[in-house]
Amino acid sequence: MVKVRLAAPVLQQNEEVARENRTFFQKHGIFVLNLMSSPGSGKTSTLERTIEHLAGSLKLGVIEGDIYTTRDAERIEAYGVPVVQINTAGACHLDARMIRPALEDFDFGGLDLLIIENVGNLVCPAEFDLGEDARAVVLSVAEGNDKPLKYPLIFRQAQVVLINKIDLLPYTDCDLSLLEKDIRAINPDLEIFRISARENTGFSPWLSWLKEQVKIKKQKA
Amino acid sequence: MHELSLMENVVATLRASAAENRIKKITRIQLVVGKLTMAVPEALQFAFEVFKEEDLFKSAVLEIKEEPVRGECKECQHAFEIKDYEFLCPSCSSPQVKLVGGRELYIDFYEGD
Ligand SMILES: [Zn+2]
Repeated sequence: MVKVRLAAPVLQQNEEVARENRTFFQKHGIFVLNLMSSPGSGKTSTLERTIEHLAGSLKLGVIEGDIYTTRDAERIEAYGVPVVQINTAGACHLDARMIRPALEDFDFGGLDLLIIENVGNLVCPAEFDLGEDARAVVLSVAEGNDKPLKYPLIFRQAQVVLINKIDLLPYTDCDLSLLEKDIRAINPDLEIFRISARENTGFSPWLSWLKEQVKIKKQKA
Repeated sequence: MHELSLMENVVATLRASAAENRIKKITRIQLVVGKLTMAVPEALQFAFEVFKEEDLFKSAVLEIKEEPVRGECKECQHAFEIKDYEFLCPSCSSPQVKLVGGRELYIDFYEGD
């Protein structure tokens, strides 16, 4: 019998590729955002509004992760933004290796911001580094108050939470201050923005944050 | 959930290492899993079954050691276990808590012939 001590991180390979992706983005001075949520949070609508608002001020590309369909990619393409679709063929998250071939499909010269819309799921995407600069979680008030405590890792790993569907607040039993308190207990450094993608409200602070990050990344390149 | 892709990574690492060490049959695997990874031990075991058809893993027992979520206060250096995902120092109430445990996900060792 042979005993082999490995102490090998299970996701070592993913982390190596993520590092390579990060170097690539760094070289091009592109700020990369990993956009995550559970299904039905309004992540794609949030992305659509964000694209509309940024039109003319930032050059943006999108990577759409989806298990099987191209529906979300088609929605984004309608805004005249370059989109690369990645089908994960059943996998519930994107990983760093899936991102890499997509990088060849963009003309990165002049691109300021790349948004990666991850697969709708609060568990698995949290574990896989893609080489992004920041992670944002879209959470809707309709999902109930217990999401942060049920899925703490994703909130611990994120820099931003967008609380969406604020317009529906009177029709839910969501306690917004309690929700934000739970989020901050997990991660006190999180930026929290309250938005309604449907009514197109509350986007200004979020867009300012995004533009600031793009500027900082450009200066570092 | 993501347990299957985690197991794919575990199995790939083991395959490479076993080939390197000329091991034909793995008998025991110790996997360390932090509670914050949200990987469910039962689901990992279930996912491992998928790979049991392979000769290398046919007689392998997968042992999973769970690690608690642990924090260390950046203000007063107090080290403590984080319960209910409340990242707040129980000693000085500071929210500036560094995560020092709970994200583990590694193969500690394996045995084989
Ligand atoms: Zn303290």
